Amino acid sequence: MAYSDKVLDHYENPRNVGVLDKDDPNVGTGMVGAPACGDVMRLQIKVSEDGVVEDAKFKTYGCGSAIASSSLVTEMVKGKTLDEVAAIKNSEIVEELALPPVKIHCSVLAEDAIAAAIADIKAKREEQSTVKASA
Amino acid sequence: MSTLNIPIYLDYSATTPVDERVAKSMAECLTLQGNFGNPASRSHPFGWRAEEAVEEARRNVAELIGAVPKEIIWTSGATESDNLAIKGAALFNQKKGKHIITMKTEHKAVLDTCRQLERDGFEVSYMDPMENGLLDIEAFKKEIREDTTVVSIMHVNNEIGVIQDIAAIGAITREKGIIFHVDAAQSPGKVAIDVDEMNVDLMSLCAHKVYGPKGIGALYVRRKPRVRLEAQIHGGGHERGMRSGTLATHQIVGMGEAFRIAREEMTAETARMRVLRDRLWNGVKDMEEIYLNGDLEQRIPGNLNISFNFVEGESLIMSLKDIAVSSGSACTSSSLEPSYVLRAIGRNDELAHSSIRFTMGRFSTEEEVDFTIEKVREAVEKLRELSPLWDMFKDGVDLDSVEWAHH
Ligand SMILES: Cc1ncc(COP(=O)(O)O)c(C=O)c1O
Repeated sequence: MAYSDKVLDHYENPRNVGVLDKDDPNVGTGMVGAPACGDVMRLQIKVSEDGVVEDAKFKTYGCGSAIASSSLVTEMVKGKTLDEVAAIKNSEIVEELALPPVKIHCSVLAEDAIAAAIADIKAKREEQSTVKASA
Repeated sequence: MSTLNIPIYLDYSATTPVDERVAKSMAECLTLQGNFGNPASRSHPFGWRAEEAVEEARRNVAELIGAVPKEIIWTSGATESDNLAIKGAALFNQKKGKHIITMKTEHKAVLDTCRQLERDGFEVSYMDPMENGLLDIEAFKKEIREDTTVVSIMHVNNEIGVIQDIAAIGAITREKGIIFHVDAAQSPGKVAIDVDEMNVDLMSLCAHKVYGPKGIGALYVRRKPRVRLEAQIHGGGHERGMRSGTLATHQIVGMGEAFRIAREEMTAETARMRVLRDRLWNGVKDMEEIYLNGDLEQRIPGNLNISFNFVEGESLIMSLKDIAVSSGSACTSSSLEPSYVLRAIGRNDELAHSSIRFTMGRFSTEEEVDFTIEKVREAVEKLRELSPLWDMFKDGVDLDSVEWAHH
């Protein structure tokens, strides 16, 4: 199967590979997929007090399209508010990377990773506010 | 001076290029000046000459496997041979019984043929291999029943290259009077075959894995004791009624020439393959978390099937863009399933998703192997840098204890 130039570019020069401290209260971590299915994505976002994504990192085990999708997502989320990030749809990833139908699941997984990272940071913040409130 | 031709072909088990000598022999059977006649034409020299060429090819194929020429039936390839052998023998003998034994690691041409027979009321036992890929002979003996009529076990596995002990199985089936079919598509030129010593009754062969053309194969059908088949393709009654259709002289001549060369050069070629294979394995085996799939000893010399843990096979193949290899992992075959052969030998999904098959052949060189070693090491390192599973492994996390969000 031939890959699109965009997929090849992200695959060969993946953006924002790395790890953020998952215990940092300002970091949301989303890990989705399963080794048995052939792909696992870990997306991390660092979110400012006022809810803007300042940094994003990923690591992905999976096919080239899965790696490219997660690399692209780290670029898409930076500078956006959590609400804007939550509105990102997998179809935008499909379009940007020109993914063929058999690879659409990679973009779905990337969307899931975003949702999981947002859920994680929101849970952390809620916990903190309840701690503060009860203090 | 570099003589590397990029991309490097290391997928000889998928198919081989046609040997120049074979191509030449084929080209001589096409045009008006050549041997173009219909081998079934009895009334003129064009037919006689074509028939002579076909019979010479038949002798060459027979000789490689220790058969007599009359026992060779031309087909379109190993897939057709598998279908004819298993369906033909099972249907012909269905009054005696309707039980078939095969293995989970067989080629789809055998497995899907068996599935079809199941739909037609046959019962099939699919044996698990042992962890090294080989059939457990004791377990096999226990699986045999009164109504078992056909056993189909491949000689050399196409994915992991392991060689089954055909002679040991044949001794058992002969004693029990069960018809023994062997898919030997991957064997010619790589491992010695003797249908008498091995007590094989039916054997599927093809040309395109041994430097012959695609689209031609043969089925060996034993004459003593005689094995009878129900034909699957009906027509002019060619090939003693077992496979009708005008014989493709050029294809058959190509297969004959390929088998002649295989017979003559096998000893030297397998020795050379072993050197290349060992060179490749020695070049990578010190890497962390890599697993050789299938037995190293009971294996054809040109095959290495390796799982690189925590790296996904399709992305690895993408990184190895200058090297033509295949992956048991799925996406390449667009089925999204990890290799059923690796699952059958007990590899977990991760390892089954992480496998690469390297198969070397007649035109492989040491230089190509060295280049491959370098590229594989680079690619695996790069992809592990990207892999969250590798991170977790390095942090001592037991991946089996993680609750994955299955999708
Ligand atoms: C073990 C085995 N059986 C059968 C086949 C099918 O052979 P053919 O392509 O000649 O139909 C192959 C090759 O693809 C094979 O490796």
